[in-house]
Amino acid sequence: MVSLAATFGRGAMTNHWRDIRHADVILVNGANPAEAHPVGFRWLMRAKTDRGAKIIHADPRFTRTSAVADTHLRIRTGSDVAYFGGLINYVLGNDLHHREYVEFATNAGLVVKDSYSFDEGLFNGFDEATGAYDPTAWAYETDADGNARVDIDHPRSVLNLLRAHYSRYTPEMVERITGIPREQFLEVARLVGTTGRPDKVMTIVYAVGLTHHTTGVQLIRSGAILQLLLGNMGRPGGGMNAERGHANIQGNTDHAISWDILPGYLKVPAPGQRNLDDYVAQSASKKLRPNAVNFFGENYRRFMVSLLKTWYGDTATADNEFAFDLLPKPAANSSWISIFDQALRGRMEGLILSGMTATSIGPDSNQVLQALSKLKWLCVMDPFRTTSSEFWNAPGMNPADVRTEVFMLPATHWIEKDGSFTNSGRWAQWKEQVLPPEGESRHDHWILADLFLRVRALYEAQGGRFPDPVRRLTMDYRDPRRPELDEIAREINGRDLGTGERLTTFADLADDGTTTAGDWIYTGHYPPEGNLTKRRDGVQDPEKNDPTGMGFYPNWAWSWPVNRRVLYNRASADPSGRPWDPDRPGIVWDPATRTWTGDVPDYPPTAAPGPDAPLPFIMTGEGTGRIFSNGVADGPFPEHYEPVESPVDNPLHPGQSTTPAVYRYDERAGRPNRFGTVADYPYIATSYRLTEHEHYVTQNVEQLVRLQPEAFVEVPAELAREKGIETGDRVRVSSKRGKLEVRAVVTGRLGPLMIDGRKVYQIGIPIHWGFVGINTGQHWLANALTPFVGDASSRTPEFKAFLVNLEKM
Amino acid sequence: MAEITPGRAYGFFTDTSVCIGCKACEVACKEWNQLPGNAPAFGDGYDNTGALDAQNWRHVQFLDQVPDRTENSGRGKAWLMMSDVCKHCKDASCLEVCPTDAIIRTEFDTVYIQPDVCNGCRDCVAACPYDVIEMDEHTGVAQKCTLCYDRLQGGMQPACAQACPTDSIQFGPLDELRAAARRRVGDLHDQGVPEARLYGEDDAVYGGLNAFFLLMAEPEAYKLPNEKNAVLPSRNNAGGYLAAFGTAVLAVLGGLLAFRKRRDPEPEPEGGEEG
Repeated sequence: MVSLAATFGRGAMTNHWRDIRHADVILVNGANPAEAHPVGFRWLMRAKTDRGAKIIHADPRFTRTSAVADTHLRIRTGSDVAYFGGLINYVLGNDLHHREYVEFATNAGLVVKDSYSFDEGLFNGFDEATGAYDPTAWAYETDADGNARVDIDHPRSVLNLLRAHYSRYTPEMVERITGIPREQFLEVARLVGTTGRPDKVMTIVYAVGLTHHTTGVQLIRSGAILQLLLGNMGRPGGGMNAERGHANIQGNTDHAISWDILPGYLKVPAPGQRNLDDYVAQSASKKLRPNAVNFFGENYRRFMVSLLKTWYGDTATADNEFAFDLLPKPAANSSWISIFDQALRGRMEGLILSGMTATSIGPDSNQVLQALSKLKWLCVMDPFRTTSSEFWNAPGMNPADVRTEVFMLPATHWIEKDGSFTNSGRWAQWKEQVLPPEGESRHDHWILADLFLRVRALYEAQGGRFPDPVRRLTMDYRDPRRPELDEIAREINGRDLGTGERLTTFADLADDGTTTAGDWIYTGHYPPEGNLTKRRDGVQDPEKNDPTGMGFYPNWAWSWPVNRRVLYNRASADPSGRPWDPDRPGIVWDPATRTWTGDVPDYPPTAAPGPDAPLPFIMTGEGTGRIFSNGVADGPFPEHYEPVESPVDNPLHPGQSTTPAVYRYDERAGRPNRFGTVADYPYIATSYRLTEHEHYVTQNVEQLVRLQPEAFVEVPAELAREKGIETGDRVRVSSKRGKLEVRAVVTGRLGPLMIDGRKVYQIGIPIHWGFVGINTGQHWLANALTPFVGDASSRTPEFKAFLVNLEKM
Repeated sequence: MAEITPGRAYGFFTDTSVCIGCKACEVACKEWNQLPGNAPAFGDGYDNTGALDAQNWRHVQFLDQVPDRTENSGRGKAWLMMSDVCKHCKDASCLEVCPTDAIIRTEFDTVYIQPDVCNGCRDCVAACPYDVIEMDEHTGVAQKCTLCYDRLQGGMQPACAQACPTDSIQFGPLDELRAAARRRVGDLHDQGVPEARLYGEDDAVYGGLNAFFLLMAEPEAYKLPNEKNAVLPSRNNAGGYLAAFGTAVLAVLGGLLAFRKRRDPEPEPEGGEEG
């Protein structure tokens, strides 16, 4: 989600599932929606059956998605920057970009400072000592008022730097890096190029196949840049559509599951910020054009103060900076891998796991098992036994050696509670409790509330070094030990503290302490008239419920922000307010009523088109989508870098093969190296889900265990012939970190690739099995193989590209 | 969907060109019909169900024809998936051979085995040209897809069709399904997919199938008899008396096969078309 926020201003799927049926071309990269999102995949098939859309699936494997795609491109895992970069080069080289859109809605015309450089794989601003870039080194030329200089013909305009950057990504280079034959690449490039026309639109659908790399953020950004060039952002049938892997991952992200954000994508305060002025100055985007709305940046303080009022109530006053001091200001990265790194260093006492099993998730499950062994205590809240609650008894572990005290707290399953799910398309949909909780199980939020109140009682009784963050927190629920999700939803929505009424929009949030909002992007989902996520005016009456006929269904549930269905939809219309494609309008300027009609406008609702009109992307300081962005840690333009474990040197710059900004945990901590080389581990491997299971929890579902009963790996037919392996045989797949001994499935669906003149094979590793579940004997953990390293910006693990060896047993 | 009316002919149109092999149909069928399923067993990685049998009334076939090299392989040609099911034949040999009239044609024009009338003779198992029917080891009666007879009586579409996310399985009145299928195959031909063809939509196979298919390859690729083979013996000659004779032959043969099967420790039920 880092990459979308860095490019457009918000970290979420830009369109929504139903909208995909409006596309003419669908690029699917790093995703297998037919298997991982079979229900949403319906809309890709509708695009195909209803309007003859072309689906291009670029994937290391020929999957169930490829089976119904028009073209499958066998691409080496993790090389999508080269593919998208090649498409960017093709589009610019053949003048196929949507010129008017690019000038209107992107930062292509802004002039970059002359300190910008890119040489042999390294951008300016790199500090060898820290191994990190200073992203503020990637900036525009500005005038005395801080406004960026605009001159699209300037040699250092974003557009011209972009041209220069991707001129190296020729079809020949694309073939060398990705393995896609150039003729096939060019065939796809010609098709993609047609969508630069106003009457054509393309969507890019992706998932964690792009995210799970050391270059994950840039893989996604390269697709986003292509979409900006072709004028496909903000339009029905277009967009960058991130498919989330669980029913409520988007909701988790919105409510700050990542360590570095607070609810609503407000940044976590940093050390040295002593007051709200410091915080806002360092966190909010700066206005860079006179007509930029810069909505997020301009309102940052209002959202933060309303959050602090929610959390700290009467304690938060103007005199004490609304209790800003009570928020933690973490000095070190606290992302997923970092947690286990800290445990391995012996710096963690305990860990609470809720809704996840660290052992199975990995990466490098064997190292995670060691990390868990170094804890004093581990608490697992889950409806089922997990590979984490049973980690001390994992194959290869000696329970007598594990000192960690493990608490298993039975939690309710989502089917045993109400509450909302927020889907990939940002629709928050309320659900009812289906079954009563079993036995003594409790809701996760009840367990945490009870725990919190007990900790608070200890602080009250015994004092402590800094008790106020805990003592002063509001628990304004009917029964603080058992908050209802309905109460929490109302708290998230926020209210006017003067009238006591719940608010209908975040536009009414104030920075003077008179309003609350637990997550400003959800303000308006629960107005005084009721919980809008319960609305169900859907296909039972399309004429009434979908007045535009575009599938927005505004009275079905509620989507953030303010029930808008397609983000950045001002860009669906030309500068004069007419839709680029009248058959697929997003919003339209109505001169008679002087308002924007259609979807909820992502724009001031009565701002008339014209030369002085506000710029179209309201969430960025530039007022446009960002082709050039300093919102990422590893470069303002995406560049192809090799995975940390790769069989080849980077053909673009062998001297800088991997991204320079990658954080190597083991090396930094002085632990032995756990990365393998091609000499010992000659095959590329990638891990993934199958449609029959959801991660690990469905090992408890009989019907699904029947459909996929046993761990296996997929082996290319040619390699299998070489090694005498047949489907059903047992094979050993090993990386520098661990091994699996499972069955082989031999198939042509994974073929050989020619990478930079060298033949490489890719092995497929489904992830679903472990040493708990109803089908015993399935004890191999796929993530025993994966590397303990993550993306340069987000630190998301590189689950999708690593090296292994393969032996017949 | 529209009301389900007794007296009208209903069926399935299974469009394999949009099947994604998710097996939601298999699970929905088992859940609704309370089929406990067979013991988990590794098949070939994707198809671990194996075949239509007493426990599996929907079965997704996977036909992997993907070549080693990268190719422009889409449009469902290289990895074919097809949710197989009882065809609810117009000329239903199972119904014709059933000695106890346990197998009936319902008011929805579907073929249904009444479990309380079935005496477990296995004639239908041998007679079915599609290997759809199997004896249930617990109940001792023959079982197959009921086209969710109970759901239809309650005005609900079959569980598999309701669960199918891509509308690969469509349920409806037969005449409407046939019209939709002809439109769909026409669209595919227009889009440059000449492989697409309908199977069982007209009377060429077993007098017409209430559960018919859009296929992306020859029927034989899906282990389905082609038009030449998919006829009851009687239908090779036009005369009505021969039809009766053929049915009788088939019944006798089916009985013999079933009898042999009872003696045979490892029964190999054979298709009725050989009669």
